Amino acid sequence: MFDNLTDRFEEIFSRIRGKGRLSEAEVDAVLREIRAALIEADVNVGVVRSFIERVRENTIGEELFRSLSPAQHVIKVVNAELTNALGGENLKISYASRPPTVVLMAGLQGVGKTTAAAKLALWFRHQGRNPLLVAADLQRPAAVEQLRILGEQASVPVFSVPGDPVNTSSAGVEEARRIGRDVVIVDTAGRTSIDQELMDEVRKISQSITPNYTFLVIDAMIGQDAVNSARVFNDALALDGIILTKLDGDARGGAALSVRQVVGKPISFVSIGEKLADFDLFYPDRMANRILGMGDVLSLIEQAERTLDKEIAEKGAKKLKGGKFDLEDFLEQMQQVKKMGPLKGVLSMLPGVPKEIRNADIDERELVKVEAIISSMTKAERNNPDMIDGSRRSRIANGAGTSTAAVGTMLKQFKDMQKMMRSMGMGGPSPTKKSPNRSNNKKKKRR
Amino acid sequence: MITVTVVLAVAVVLIVSTIYLVSRKSRSKPSFPSKTSVVARRPIEAPNGAVISEAIEPISENLVLPGDIKRGIGRARLAFARLFGSILGGDKSSQQLWDEVEEALLVSDLGIDLTTSVLDGAKASMAVSDSTDGVGIAAAVKSQLRSLFVEQPRDLSYSQDSPTVWLVVGVNGVGKTTSIGKLSAMAAADDRKVILAAGDTFRAAAADQLQMWAERTAADIVRSVPGADPSSVVFDAIQKAAARGFDLVIADTAGRLHTKSNLMDELRKLRRTAERDPGHLTEVLLVLDATTGQNGLVQAREFAKAVGITGVVLTKLDGSAKGGIALAAEAELGVPIKLVGVGEKVRDLIAFSPDEFLDALLEMDVQNELSDED
Ligand SMILES: Nc1nc2c(ncn2[C@@H]2O[C@H](COP(=O)(O)OP(=O)(O)OP(=O)(O)O)[C@@H](O)[C@H]2O)c(=O)[nH]1
Ligand SMILES: [Mg+2]
Repeated sequence: MFDNLTDRFEEIFSRIRGKGRLSEAEVDAVLREIRAALIEADVNVGVVRSFIERVRENTIGEELFRSLSPAQHVIKVVNAELTNALGGENLKISYASRPPTVVLMAGLQGVGKTTAAAKLALWFRHQGRNPLLVAADLQRPAAVEQLRILGEQASVPVFSVPGDPVNTSSAGVEEARRIGRDVVIVDTAGRTSIDQELMDEVRKISQSITPNYTFLVIDAMIGQDAVNSARVFNDALALDGIILTKLDGDARGGAALSVRQVVGKPISFVSIGEKLADFDLFYPDRMANRILGMGDVLSLIEQAERTLDKEIAEKGAKKLKGGKFDLEDFLEQMQQVKKMGPLKGVLSMLPGVPKEIRNADIDERELVKVEAIISSMTKAERNNPDMIDGSRRSRIANGAGTSTAAVGTMLKQFKDMQKMMRSMGMGGPSPTKKSPNRSNNKKKKRR
Repeated sequence: MITVTVVLAVAVVLIVSTIYLVSRKSRSKPSFPSKTSVVARRPIEAPNGAVISEAIEPISENLVLPGDIKRGIGRARLAFARLFGSILGGDKSSQQLWDEVEEALLVSDLGIDLTTSVLDGAKASMAVSDSTDGVGIAAAVKSQLRSLFVEQPRDLSYSQDSPTVWLVVGVNGVGKTTSIGKLSAMAAADDRKVILAAGDTFRAAAADQLQMWAERTAADIVRSVPGADPSSVVFDAIQKAAARGFDLVIADTAGRLHTKSNLMDELRKLRRTAERDPGHLTEVLLVLDATTGQNGLVQAREFAKAVGITGVVLTKLDGSAKGGIALAAEAELGVPIKLVGVGEKVRDLIAFSPDEFLDALLEMDVQNELSDED
């Protein structure tokens, strides 16, 4: 969702990168552009203002002029602030010790609450729970029927009684208890935050069912109003998190950033398509990584330009894309990468590297061993590892000063690696450019 | 020049080799957390969940009377007036005033480009007239804003020969079906015989929702089974309208993100059907939600490109959002905002008038100015 923002930043930074000195006017110009990019991405104007102020405070000053590469300094500060704005852990549901765990869904009209309720129910089912859906939107024509149909699709029962939404909600929770469902999700009517009467109503629902989790459903396309509405709903209901919907479009999703900043509540789930399974937990740190990583990819490029042999790197990339990456290439690339410094440092500059890997203990000596094994192979063996039989294996082990078992493990894991590379979508567009969240399934007709 | 792709390719090798090292350490199969937060798309299991109870809410709303339409207007005016709010109070430098005007425009979702050009235009005109107080600034900004509107009729048009066809399009959840209900009431108040075409055959219970609106507004409805071809529903509605002497067919469509090319193609096809004899397509209305941010402009562009919109219905102006993006869309595409949705009731749809909008702004400004002088 932040792809556009990422691209804009990349463009802005590219203009100052490589500059030895930055005048205050140049910093100002960059900040103005960052401001425009953020506003265009629907980040709230107030949030942008304080964001820019913080960046300015942290950039302008002695440090900037002392720093070797002022542009890098600016980029670093911007990224740190962004990560800060987005950061945080993903939601870990703790279930009520006395079931059912009660979940309340609220939000403006037309944001996708009903669909999100059904998706959440399916998600709970996949966690091994037995949810009940409660249709307490008695306002919109056919909303109950809509939830009933969606519930059927998700194999989750739906409860509703006509009349008053407050009664319906508490009756729904009661029903869940009675029939032994361990999660109950209450869908409520959409309401504008300035409709006093309807805000009172949802407050009453909340008081009557005392939810364990209250989620505000927000449309990813929402503009400046996001923070106002979120604030009012938070005051009324004490939100636990946000469910961001319609992320499969091309909205820039700046609301996610503002709402977290202003209301202090994280995005808990994201909805990324019309199918019920298009829904999952949101990982703020991963998203922040992606934005943060962008800035560092630039420095990685700089470093790569200095140290890498362009031809070899390009050859490797081509092979990766073509799915023909063999041990020979692996050895070559490994030697290249070694030139760029410690693996850990390089990894930290990469976008989208999962925390588990970034923080893993890496023993650089292991790399040396791998190198030795591959170096002991013949060219033919490197091109076609399948030909390596028992006798070849012991020859290689001898040459590398290791055991045949170690050679076998290495070969097997290289195979896994190849598989992984394929599943990581090498051969498609570069991973930072193409949002993995966006499925553009032209072939599959949805109806 | 080493490209990003190359670096990323190297990166992949790096990541992969790291996984290799990590997995060697832990002696377990490498587990690579998915790069995205997307779970594998699982097919949805066959339904077996029992519906415990089901309720259909009663329809208590009466038919609208002509003239009721006007009643929402006060509320809309209020929403418009909030655009400038209280920016003109107090003792402020002209820079502060300009900053506040800028922020007010940005907060209304007008967008940074348009805001900048409105402010630049206003400043340029101020340099000539030379007044730098709040009133002067407000007037200059107002006249800039006024020039953004197109000079075009904003009423919905009927063709000479019946049946007239209106097609209603937009992204998910913006208020298409509700607006159609309100339009149906408007047309009925105008003594037109209306058929609603349930062209949303995709979303669960969409046709039921439209049917309730048909009942509320004493219109007929043509609907089909879930998953049916929307074009054939619209086709049937037009045939029926022609055969039975109805004046107007209003076609509902499924909400769709403008990024989904197959669905936009489907809409093109729908438009061709709606144009065909004996129907006379006079309006393709894009429904824009006032809470929408900058993406609204992209929506307007894409829907205009695909099906050629003739007007915008701006919904949910009764909320706290200001809907500036519809103005940006009108300014860029020259497609007029024709109607404004100000609530969920059948009467909550009113005609849009730029002058009223600006008058509302001006009234507010003058009032502020007066109370300052007290
Ligand atoms: N407050 C307010 N709510 C509105 C307005 N117009 C529509 N709504 C509400 O917005 C929600 C969505 O409206 P729908 O008419 O179902 O929207 P739609 O575009 O047909 O939705 P899909 O068919 O699902 O894409 C409903 O809860 C409506 O009551 C409006 O002007 N003001
Ligand atoms: Mg609809």
